[in-house]
Amino acid sequence: MIKVLNAGIYCSVQDQGRLGFAKKGIPQGGSLDSYSAELANALLKNSPTDAVIEITFGLGKFEFTHDTYICITGGHFSPKLNMSSMRMNRVYEVNKNDMLSFGKRNYGARVYLGIQGGIQSEMVLQSRSFASGITQLRLEKGDELHIKLMETYVEDAFSKVKVYKDHFEAADLECFPGPEFDQLNESQKERLFESFTISEDNNRVGYRLNESIENDLAPILTSAVLPGTVQLTPSGKLIVLLRDCQVTGGYPRVLQLTEYAVSRLSQRIAGEEMRFEVR
Amino acid sequence: MTINLNTYNLTYKPFGSLAILIEWPARIDEAIIRDIVAFEKSITNDQHIVDTIIAYNSLTIRYQFLNSFDRTVLRLKGLYEEKQDYKKQESKLWQIPVCYNQKFGLDLAEIAKTKNLSVEEVVELHTAPSYLIYFLGFQPGFLYLGGLNTQIHMPRKSNPRLRVQKGSVGIGGEQTGVYPQDSAGGWNILGKSPINFFDITKPQPCFAQAGDRIQFVSVDVETFEQIYEEVEKGIYELKFQEL
Repeated sequence: MIKVLNAGIYCSVQDQGRLGFAKKGIPQGGSLDSYSAELANALLKNSPTDAVIEITFGLGKFEFTHDTYICITGGHFSPKLNMSSMRMNRVYEVNKNDMLSFGKRNYGARVYLGIQGGIQSEMVLQSRSFASGITQLRLEKGDELHIKLMETYVEDAFSKVKVYKDHFEAADLECFPGPEFDQLNESQKERLFESFTISEDNNRVGYRLNESIENDLAPILTSAVLPGTVQLTPSGKLIVLLRDCQVTGGYPRVLQLTEYAVSRLSQRIAGEEMRFEVR
Repeated sequence: MTINLNTYNLTYKPFGSLAILIEWPARIDEAIIRDIVAFEKSITNDQHIVDTIIAYNSLTIRYQFLNSFDRTVLRLKGLYEEKQDYKKQESKLWQIPVCYNQKFGLDLAEIAKTKNLSVEEVVELHTAPSYLIYFLGFQPGFLYLGGLNTQIHMPRKSNPRLRVQKGSVGIGGEQTGVYPQDSAGGWNILGKSPINFFDITKPQPCFAQAGDRIQFVSVDVETFEQIYEEVEKGIYELKFQEL
């Protein structure tokens, strides 16, 4: 088992989320930076659908109650196993009573803790992802999570993974024009591709951006939204929806981020600059 | 009831690289939602589809892989032409017990006063129609219903409540609906239903689907509590008619 000693501001169990339930009003959910979560699973030779722990700002502390293998990916918050520093994107053997903690931020916003065989928390509607009204909402101090018994892990002796810093730092986010993009006039479109900063109002549902665009678009009849949909609100502020967004919304959808851009935006924090780039 | 099929000029738009948005004329219209539901049923087994999202005038199809937008749209157009008649679809009318006692109907007196009606008249107007379920969204198990009598349209409260109890039945503008779980909310509350609109312990967590209808049935406090207990024990059987 893994014991949660400290769950910081928001730690949760995540996998690829719930697809196939949108007609019941159920959000997709899943790891915000799915790229990093899947990397942890790949390095551990897990299935891509295995569950990991998502740790916001590295604020979390965990104890292992039996031996296993782990891998830390995503944001760099100076991970430590007991007293020694760990490297990112590398598989470590951990033993009973070992303690995982984090420290100073180097880059990113969400850390992923992958475990051999995946976290074995409750599967609800085909997913272990925490979601409001469906599972417990967050990890709490004292929670104990089941994991699988350790199996032999053979390291690929000569392989090494390099994750480019761009994933965490590059300002450009690739996107497609959204369903209502064509309703924008030329000056609105121009502004849309200048830079924006991320506001304090950001969470797993979405990121609100600070700057406004002059907005004269009518609201739309409530229609589908997806993770990565960029909505233009009546006040002219943009909201970029992330994995925990609802399934429908009534604001014009001006852009749609690529899956990879959703992962990248999830590693940004308030005050950082970003820019949409249509491909 | 037969409605003409295939009479809509649909537009197909890419929605990112892994979804297609299909749009019907932009209005809230029973014939349109029936057409959307029929189309959705005819495509759910098509290849690489991972999810579908139904709304008033749109159907969004999410794919695991989408190699060619144009080819997929051609295929969808073919399926739209072939889709089954509405009559062959099952849809249900669900009887939803609601207790309109003022213990639960926090804004019932206010609605009656604003609308120059008696409380009994408000309840009567609210229980008379069978409401069409257009789609589910906002929260797991939240039904977007059409058919609220114009006499009891009521603007949202200017100060939303921080906590509205699960099962609360409300009116927000031209809409009426049931809160499937405790949440903040600005709708005017008329009563409370003891029914679970969203139960994750069931293989089908929500009994209702787009295209079904619901009717609210007024029950007294005693019956409410009896049903509530049966729901808790998992022995309550929701009543419905096949349409």
